[in-house]
Amino acid sequence: MRKIYLYLPLIFFFILVIFFARQLILDENPSKLPSVLIDKSFPPIKLNQLSSYKLFNAKNLLSSGDPSLVNIWSSWCAPCQIEHEFLMKMSLEHNVKIFGINYKDDNKDAIEVLKLNGNPFYAIGTDEDGTQVINLGLYGVPETFIIDANGNIRYKHIGPILEYDMNNIILPILNKIKRE
Amino acid sequence: MIIELGHYCLALVLTISLFQFLVPALGVRYNSIGLMSTSYITAYLSFILVCFSFASLTYAYVISDFSVSLVANNSHSLKPMIYKISGVWGNHEGSLLLWVLILTFYSAAVAFLGKRLPVKLISLVLSCQGLIAASFVSFILFTSNPFTRLFFPEIEGEGFNPILQDFGLAIHPPFLYLGYVGLSVTFSFSIAALLIGRVDTIWVKWVRPWTLIAWVFLTIGIALGSWWAYRELGWGGWWFWDPVENASFMPWLAATALLHSSIVAEKRDTLKAWTILLAIIAFSLSLLGTFIVRSGVLISVHAFASDPSRGLYILMLLIFFTGGALALFARKAASLKSGSLFQPVSREGALVINNIIFASSAATVLLGTLYPIFIDAINNSKVSVGPPYFEAVFIPLMVPAILLCAFSPMLSWKRAKLENILERVIAVFILAIMITAIFIFIYGGSISAFLGLFLGLWLILGTIYEFFIKVGIKLSFTKFLLRAFQLPRSAYGMSLAHLGVAIFVIGVTVSSAWRIDIEKPIQNGESVVINDIELIFLGIIDVNGPNWIAERGKFEVIRRGKNNEYLFPERRFYPASKVNTSEPAIMSNAFFDLYVVLGENLNNDESYSLRVYYSPFINWIWFGIMCMALGGILAVTDRKHRLGYSVKKNPKAIYK
Repeated sequence: MRKIYLYLPLIFFFILVIFFARQLILDENPSKLPSVLIDKSFPPIKLNQLSSYKLFNAKNLLSSGDPSLVNIWSSWCAPCQIEHEFLMKMSLEHNVKIFGINYKDDNKDAIEVLKLNGNPFYAIGTDEDGTQVINLGLYGVPETFIIDANGNIRYKHIGPILEYDMNNIILPILNKIKRE
Repeated sequence: MIIELGHYCLALVLTISLFQFLVPALGVRYNSIGLMSTSYITAYLSFILVCFSFASLTYAYVISDFSVSLVANNSHSLKPMIYKISGVWGNHEGSLLLWVLILTFYSAAVAFLGKRLPVKLISLVLSCQGLIAASFVSFILFTSNPFTRLFFPEIEGEGFNPILQDFGLAIHPPFLYLGYVGLSVTFSFSIAALLIGRVDTIWVKWVRPWTLIAWVFLTIGIALGSWWAYRELGWGGWWFWDPVENASFMPWLAATALLHSSIVAEKRDTLKAWTILLAIIAFSLSLLGTFIVRSGVLISVHAFASDPSRGLYILMLLIFFTGGALALFARKAASLKSGSLFQPVSREGALVINNIIFASSAATVLLGTLYPIFIDAINNSKVSVGPPYFEAVFIPLMVPAILLCAFSPMLSWKRAKLENILERVIAVFILAIMITAIFIFIYGGSISAFLGLFLGLWLILGTIYEFFIKVGIKLSFTKFLLRAFQLPRSAYGMSLAHLGVAIFVIGVTVSSAWRIDIEKPIQNGESVVINDIELIFLGIIDVNGPNWIAERGKFEVIRRGKNNEYLFPERRFYPASKVNTSEPAIMSNAFFDLYVVLGENLNNDESYSLRVYYSPFINWIWFGIMCMALGGILAVTDRKHRLGYSVKKNPKAIYK
């Protein structure tokens, strides 16, 4: 006599495997958690002036009529230093307007980084105690938001923007928003 | 050169393991003792070679040979020696090598201790172990080679995550792997039993100590991991239901069920198919854990660098071993004759309920851990499942388990009369309720605190009562001591392990119900008061460590009637990896922990943000877990579980 119920563990196991295989084959990075802020307007934040750099505020974010980036960074964050090169590239070669939020940083150190590696930011503001970016649901620096011309958040990038991310994620999304 | 030799040895192990798989299997097929006996030699040989291979990688770490890619990526010449060595397994490639080292160690141990077992059984077990070893060694060689050299050697290593530089964490993976891989032995034994088509006393007597050993190591490994998380992550929590934690917890739950079902299989010669299924599931959950941690299908705070191609390989291993074993089980399990029958109300019945509870809690943890994958597949949305789910489903499952645990050892085998134990159960129940009520009356507390305390006390009282009855009541004191002394160690082991559970439950309940959290900015000279403890901030000094610089806060703790103590929480900065970490300072004793975390300097002035957690009884959690592990060790060392347990037969006799 064949006992069918003895096959149940095997059947359950293969159902599990199908789910695993799907997850693997799709090769989706699960760390791309969508932000709850997507398609909402950029929250009001109040930042402080960094030396003589142009201050980032709600008004100049909306002024250009083109989509722009908001990048949160610090001089003490190693991935931010790696990302810097690609921010420079986007700002100089692709004419992307990038707004910077300097997070929990020392003004002196921040200025030194901008002087040493170049300033990719159209305007910049500082959030020394980290209270302003709470509204943005900051996960860890660096983080970058893509904002459309109407001031709505369209995309959130967690972690540094590397060459691959720049060419395959950030620039295509910016172009797509521009065409709309 | 030594590195290349290590690499070469590992390649050799692949061949030997395939040999170890194939030749004994052929021997069994053609009934040749000569072919079967090769399994002993191959098992020793591959263990020796893997030892050398592992030692060569360790050597590269010790002398900081940055021409080896793995060392350059994970080590740093300024790291303290112990963390250089623990760095060997602090990464994907090296940890897999440790996995294989432990696997071949267990195979060699089975070969050594099993000399007197029927050669057919042992060679099938070793053949299965050989197949597992071969697949993991090829995984290392083809997708994650630790011996790769850099074309241009680095001058300095890239450090490793400073948060991982902790003694508890350094020794945590070896324990955990000793547990995970220990389950491979019971797995191989189950496969052998299914292939031979019978489960007899020899089989059960062998499987039980191996299960116990794996369970003890797994228990210690998990405890070390949570202890590290508690001291190092700076949140005062000790268990986060993170996918990686669950990956170690699921095999533990399955192994706990296996532990209990193998008692029934041993004593009553029944539940054999179920025991085999549990052994397969327990090892499969270890493999699944490996898959989850290394494939990147789930995010976790401490996942290894994930890589889909590795994920695919492990998934194939999982399909091969688990799928194969379950298919074999489905075909062969019906032929395993079950022994005696039993009534629902009996020791067996209680152990069956224990098994149902533990198996379903393993299933709920599995469901919760994998839920994000299911939901993503079904309606394409991302969710994450957190502690609220696990607490809501896991705790209600554990309540009946603990209720049962206190009195089921009092039940007799086969058929128990409830009337016989009802009086004792009621006595224990009333006493536990009364003590809990008094405690809650004095200190206040919620219903869940009441329930948790009651369960803990109920289990303690029940276990102690059961122990006294087992020794014998109405005896003179000397006679009692004599009889207690004669009890087998496994009886002590069980009581101690159950007491450990009770202590753990009390620790969890009290530390969460009466925990006090304080978060506030603090200035030099200011103080924080918690119950009767006063904590005064005495300022900051800068300190330099071997590979870090730190701001160290000084706090004075004043308690009435006690000497003043000082606490020194730190904020460290590791220049090599440009990472900030927080080193909490913990004042720890049997009744509470005072956990102080120094936050950031609040720019403008002298004030620092400060977090203080007061957790009463929190050390009971780890103390309870250690009692469980110690109980397991006592049971393993019981004479009747001696690993070299011999069969009074011609040692070279073949089964059947």
